[in-house]
Amino acid sequence: MADSLPTRIQLEIATPERQVVRESVEAVTLPGKEGYLGVLPGHAPLLSELQPGEIAYTTSSGARYLAVSWGFAEVLPERVIVLAETSELAEEVDVARAERAKERAEQRLKQLHEANVDFERARGALAKSIARLQVASHLAEGDK
Amino acid sequence: MPNILDLRRRIRSVKNTQQITRAMKMVAAARLRRAQEQVLGARPYAQQMVSLLESLSARTSYRTHPLLVERPVRRVLLVLVTADRGLCGAFNANLIRAAQKYFMENQTKEILLIAAGRKGRDFFRRQSIKMSAEYVNIFSRRVEFHHAHELAKKILDLYMSEAVDAVDFIYNEFKSILTQRLVVERRLPVKPAAPAETETPVDYIYEEPPEEIFSHLLPRYVEAEIYRALLESQAAEFAAKMTAMDAATRNAGDLIDQYTLNLNRVRQAKITTEIIEIVSGAAAAS
Repeated sequence: MADSLPTRIQLEIATPERQVVRESVEAVTLPGKEGYLGVLPGHAPLLSELQPGEIAYTTSSGARYLAVSWGFAEVLPERVIVLAETSELAEEVDVARAERAKERAEQRLKQLHEANVDFERARGALAKSIARLQVASHLAEGDK
Repeated sequence: MPNILDLRRRIRSVKNTQQITRAMKMVAAARLRRAQEQVLGARPYAQQMVSLLESLSARTSYRTHPLLVERPVRRVLLVLVTADRGLCGAFNANLIRAAQKYFMENQTKEILLIAAGRKGRDFFRRQSIKMSAEYVNIFSRRVEFHHAHELAKKILDLYMSEAVDAVDFIYNEFKSILTQRLVVERRLPVKPAAPAETETPVDYIYEEPPEEIFSHLLPRYVEAEIYRALLESQAAEFAAKMTAMDAATRNAGDLIDQYTLNLNRVRQAKITTEIIEIVSGAAAAS
């Protein structure tokens, strides 16, 4: 059984606007709803909802990172399909915009006692901006 | 006999119009290319969404989800997707005619209307038909996913609160640059896709109950479908505009040719008369 395991995963990440990634990779980490999932080739079929966070994958040329907001992932032994609402590669993240979004969301969460604050929405916005910043930070580290 | 000055003036004015239509054709062609790219870009997501739904539906007994249950249809929601601007041939006229026909055919039901695109809204506003919602100017720059998101939210709200029992769409689908296909289609309730039978069902590990995944996935599916309809309509609009403006440019060319011919004839006639006058004047003087 073990010798029949595939050695690589075909990773496909699509958003409504475009296909972001279509690549053969060695390993993927996904931000599953119940926590991060590491996926290696030959993983058992799995279906999970994703929360805002980062997808990391390794190819022969190194690791790459993407930010995703809400999405779905279908894991098959030789294939991982991610349907994300939005997804950006590390170099595409607009850091200034993400910082502003984070501040805004934090502001709103501080005013929680005011009745008209939509808690879920603010929390979602916060999680998304943090995910974007985290992804972008990998890029900054790589530059040094 | 027409005046030479008048003819010249008319030629100049037609030339100006021709320049405008030619420019509009170029712009439409450029925007069509971008719109087509958008359609292509949206395809992988939509396809994978469908295949995910199919593989899920093969494994779950989800059929109780409200988006899938067919209720007796007493009230329907019609979503009419038109263009924001005119000058694109019969594009909007066909849509509006289809919508009127739809109204005639469904007189027994109560119809709610949502207009996406200015042309459809303006028409039904003149008819003083009330609209539940209107989305204008979404096509004037470019359609983005958040437009579809808003529209889907409104539609899903109406449907889930049972304000309507079905949702129909009327829009133009992009077939080729020369043809658009008018689509009148029921979008809600979602028709469960028949699971592919050749595929042996794999047992998934679920991070959460499949029903829950399903109920989260379905609205997204509706969103993706609506986004696709908007993109199709956008591409079709530019294609229609391009053809219309191309025809207009050609017509203007024909007109100019004709006027030029007339102009030359008139000028010839005038010269001839002048020569005759001179010759007969000289004959009289000698």
